[in-house]
Amino acid sequence: MLVKTKVLSVKQLHKKYRNVLAVDDISFDVGRSEIVGLLGPNGAGKTTTINMILGVLQPSSGTVLIEGVDVEANRSQALESTNFAAVYAPLPGNLTVYQNLRFFGLLYGVRNLTKRIDALLEQFEIKPFRDAKSGVLSSGEQTRLSLAKAMLNRPRLLLLDEPTASLDPAAAQDVRAKILEFVAQGTGGVLWTSHNMYEVEEVCDRVLFLSRGKIVLEGNPKTLAREHGKETLEELFITVAREPLTLGVG
Amino acid sequence: MLRQYYLIRGSLSRVLPLFAWVAMDMVLWGFITTYLNTVTSSGFNFVPMLLGAVLLWDFQVRVMQGVTMAFFEDVWSRNFLNIFATPLSISDYLVGLVLSSVLTSLIGLVVMLVLATTFFGLSFFAYGPMLLPFLLVLFLFGIALGVLCSGIVLRLGPAAEWFIWPVPALISPFAGVFYPLSTLPRWMQYVSYLLPPSYVFEGMRTIISGGAVSESALLRGGCLAAFYILFACWFFMRMYKHAVHTGLIALYSAETVS
Repeated sequence: MLVKTKVLSVKQLHKKYRNVLAVDDISFDVGRSEIVGLLGPNGAGKTTTINMILGVLQPSSGTVLIEGVDVEANRSQALESTNFAAVYAPLPGNLTVYQNLRFFGLLYGVRNLTKRIDALLEQFEIKPFRDAKSGVLSSGEQTRLSLAKAMLNRPRLLLLDEPTASLDPAAAQDVRAKILEFVAQGTGGVLWTSHNMYEVEEVCDRVLFLSRGKIVLEGNPKTLAREHGKETLEELFITVAREPLTLGVG
Repeated sequence: MLRQYYLIRGSLSRVLPLFAWVAMDMVLWGFITTYLNTVTSSGFNFVPMLLGAVLLWDFQVRVMQGVTMAFFEDVWSRNFLNIFATPLSISDYLVGLVLSSVLTSLIGLVVMLVLATTFFGLSFFAYGPMLLPFLLVLFLFGIALGVLCSGIVLRLGPAAEWFIWPVPALISPFAGVFYPLSTLPRWMQYVSYLLPPSYVFEGMRTIISGGAVSESALLRGGCLAAFYILFACWFFMRMYKHAVHTGLIALYSAETVS
């Protein structure tokens, strides 16, 4: 039986840029073998939150614990069990697929790296592009490469920032299947941002709606819309984006 | 280092600069010094004085650029988010830049030595055992400059790369590469005393003239270079912390000076 221990614990995370409040005292957890959707309109604070979890942005206050390790105090140790893929962070286009995986595999201290890379090339169906420069791959192939890199160290916490944003529906479905496969292994949890509510409903166990830096709603994506008098999750998303006060939140 | 190896191996435009420009410098200054030897009647040999100075100066520039080029590869490929979200520590990252520079600058040094000795008769035995401390001081200062310049680009953004390329040219008049420091006006000499290469080039000229190098002066140059390395690493760490505080690392692809 899989025990849903916490892989990520975010406590009262707060980020302010001069006069702009980007993230306002948010707290949430991600359990092992759980996919949590972090939803919200553009500028809601999703990417800021992910950057703070990754240790590339210092919170104004609050803590981020990955498997109980404080990211700010023990950055390297915390990041050993973390990885990410984001549409805005493609891998260097001047390295080949293999070179990118080898380079990042070494940075993450992956054991039996050659074998691991071969397995990921197969799993993400990018073996034919092994020696192609990453920059010449299609969007879908680059996304699969980013995901392969994100899986290199068998992360306990996987952060995915709009991983299917540039993909056609068939490619997006393949990517979702890979992520579900990863979660089914029961070793890690996923924090997933997406603007595709159909996708969120399909893959997420739980969703958090962010608006103006605050978590305004939380719940099961399959029932949350009806709980708030909406037909679909998309309708609920639009309401959160435009009129959060009408939901009695924000 | 592995990344630099992959990039250099697969790209002629990265291989050529490792030795092409320094080779051109050797050829150009080799002929200039040969010509000077023929037109002056003093019997003074310009080869170890001028060609040797160019070689040592180019070595230091290659060391600096070895660091900055490895850093710029991450700038150009917008790779900071990927790199700094890994467990790699910043000190390890800096060590990687330095090791890349060691290898690339050694290639340049070997090419220069081969050309200068084979075609223009430059003998490094002329400098005696002081050659090693000369190279060491220049290497340390080159590393310090490279790390400092990388920190500046990290702070100011990708466009600040254009501030970095002219740095060696700005320093060279003060370093007294081609002339004794006494040639300079007093205020420039004060700046020179703060630059480790000026001790190397003064020492080099003293040896060529048959004098003995002041070991204490050279030691001062070495200590200054070591101090600049510590300062440059401190500066880079500060810039990194600033970038993490402001979110610059995540937003680094923006072509802005913040």
